[in-house]
Amino acid sequence: MSSRHQLRIAAISTALVALVATGGSAFAQKKYDSGATDTEIKVGNIMPYSGPASAYGIIGKTEAAYFQMINDNGGINGRKVNFITYDDAYSPPKAVEHTRKLVESDEVLVVFNPLGTPSNTAIQKYLNTKKVPQLFVATGAAKWNDPKHFPWTMGWQPNYQDEARIYAKYLLKEKPDAKVAVLYQNDDFGKDYVKGFKEGLGDKAKSMIVTEESYEISEPTIDSHIVKIKSTGADTLMDFTTPKFAAQTIKKAGELNWKPLHIVTNVSISVGAVMKPAGFEYGQGVLSAAYLKDGADSQWDNDPGMKKWSAFVDKYLPGSNKSDSGLVYGYGAAQTLQKVLEMCGDNLTRENVMKQAASLKDFQTDVALPGVKINTSATDFAPIQQVQMMRFKGEKWELFGDVISSEAKD
Amino acid sequence: MSTIQETVAKTDAAAVDAPPKKSMALGRTTSLVMLVALLIVPLFVKNFVIFQLTMLLIYGIAVLALNILTGGSGQFSLGQSAFYAIGAYAAAILIEIGNVNYVLTLPIAGIICFAVGFLFGFPALRLSGVYLALATFALAVAMPQLLKLGVFEPWTGGVQGLVVTKPDAPFGLPISQDMWLYYFTLVVALVIYIASVNLLRSRSGRAMMAIRDNEIAASAMGVDISMYKTLAFGVSAGITGVAGALGAIAVQFVAPDSYTFQLAIALFLGMVVGGVGWLPGSLAGAAFIVFVPNIAEGISKGLSGAFFGVLLFLVIYLVPHGARQGAIYAETLLHKLRRS
Repeated sequence: MSSRHQLRIAAISTALVALVATGGSAFAQKKYDSGATDTEIKVGNIMPYSGPASAYGIIGKTEAAYFQMINDNGGINGRKVNFITYDDAYSPPKAVEHTRKLVESDEVLVVFNPLGTPSNTAIQKYLNTKKVPQLFVATGAAKWNDPKHFPWTMGWQPNYQDEARIYAKYLLKEKPDAKVAVLYQNDDFGKDYVKGFKEGLGDKAKSMIVTEESYEISEPTIDSHIVKIKSTGADTLMDFTTPKFAAQTIKKAGELNWKPLHIVTNVSISVGAVMKPAGFEYGQGVLSAAYLKDGADSQWDNDPGMKKWSAFVDKYLPGSNKSDSGLVYGYGAAQTLQKVLEMCGDNLTRENVMKQAASLKDFQTDVALPGVKINTSATDFAPIQQVQMMRFKGEKWELFGDVISSEAKD
Repeated sequence: MSTIQETVAKTDAAAVDAPPKKSMALGRTTSLVMLVALLIVPLFVKNFVIFQLTMLLIYGIAVLALNILTGGSGQFSLGQSAFYAIGAYAAAILIEIGNVNYVLTLPIAGIICFAVGFLFGFPALRLSGVYLALATFALAVAMPQLLKLGVFEPWTGGVQGLVVTKPDAPFGLPISQDMWLYYFTLVVALVIYIASVNLLRSRSGRAMMAIRDNEIAASAMGVDISMYKTLAFGVSAGITGVAGALGAIAVQFVAPDSYTFQLAIALFLGMVVGGVGWLPGSLAGAAFIVFVPNIAEGISKGLSGAFFGVLLFLVIYLVPHGARQGAIYAETLLHKLRRS
């Protein structure tokens, strides 16, 4: 190649740069990464539509329907949302394959609300290396709030540790001399709760907790554990279990005529899957916490947010069972993303998406309990940290007390 | 022995078809074309597709391992996912905790799995057919829970699994991690393929096939039945372990939920679709289990399982002998064309 040729290339490219620099100033506000254009924003998602966790698939369907509604109403800042969701069947290798497809083939702007702790762990390193937002992951593990090491990953729901801290706070206030028995599932789910609970009790953990009992998820029944716990003379039961075992615990305690102050996790608050099989008579007075409204609860019939939600479900997901919490969850998560993308304006770079996601101030979704607000910052990647305590009465949960936050921690 | 093979092939009575010796591998020309295609394709596609092709090769190796067991020695296994998991965890633990070079983890994973498979082969001797399939199935069901046990947690990471670092291309080669891993996997796959074809053509391979075709006749001819049956189990498990190790490196993550019995079923499916006992079919079978679920999902999200079922049904109905039948058909067509 001759030097004159090179010179010409240099001249042309200089001219081009100059043109872009000057001519571009007219629309300097518009900035895009791959996945965003003047007309479209591509949002990727991974969801277990099949396999062992397919019950959660409804969340993905709700989100797809939500963005359909957004598009029917003109999109976000004039851009349509193209929601691409794949089925990983709750299998980490499949999640990696699909995430790579989303990033490298579909070229999405963000990967939004991928579900499952194992699947998210599998794709976290990849997405952070690629600098693609892994936004509002659908799992309650505490590890998603780690902006220092994973600046491209952010949670959404209250994490298990925070929730357990709130129970600890409640106990310290209401029953400081409680003799606490802790029952937990022997995996990361149960251990997260125990960790948060002990941290919440602080110095009093040693004196208050009289026994810790764990069970394996493979055990067909945990009745024997309940008998053992009762024999320790505990008067408070922290029930860090998944739905099936929560139902067993409530039932067995009732049959033994044991009436401790009984707290179950937010995961196990389904009336249909836990309280009903356990028996409503045994479930009276059981405590838990919530951050979302219940779609089947009549107390929200005149709530403006839930009216919007209900109209949305009727129009876009006709025939759905409104007591399915996935419908509420998906709506809330999708609305949070909508808010973030609106805040991004015309600067739709991945960096700005993370920046805006980390600057949510007192944002409230239609489906969150009154007072449960989303707050994030550059050092706080845990959007929802507030819950409200509730007590089971009759055939439904009754909220009581104020919305409690776990933010006051070191 | 060859007479036994022929009669079985003619009567079609056995559950496992006995392929003639020659058709155990592809012809020379076809092999070369395939190899060239496998070498060239990655140069023209995105990294994501290269990753998919790597997974294709890895599942291909795992299906091949099952093919040696079922197609070679006539034993069924629905427990291959367990060996795959052991291989994957062995590699992940060695790389992340032991700081062992990833290349070295493959033979180690292979040896560990060979040992486990060989030992499992002994109780398996007493079982045959569907009973053996169920026993191995139990192994597949138990494995994910064993991996979650608290005792092993310092090494396995429990339910959280282990994140594995992806190796860079060595010697400063200017290719991406994905491409390097692909060619690395390709080399391993080729070595295993050639070794397997030779194994089945060797004395041991003939002994295994003799057992498959008629156990009593084989033992009457002096074949040590228990020895060769357990050997087949060991070899199959060892190769599956190598595939698992490669899988862990490619996916960069191991967790108990990655290795459920669904993986075992998928591998079994891959073997049937590829053609039982026909080693090159392993790659076609792997392609089926990697790509067809995606195609089914593309047709309908809500009914992806149903469409997968329909596609599977079509394959079984149209080509009951799997890819081998397709290959034979193509070959005869080619011959006809050449003659005319």
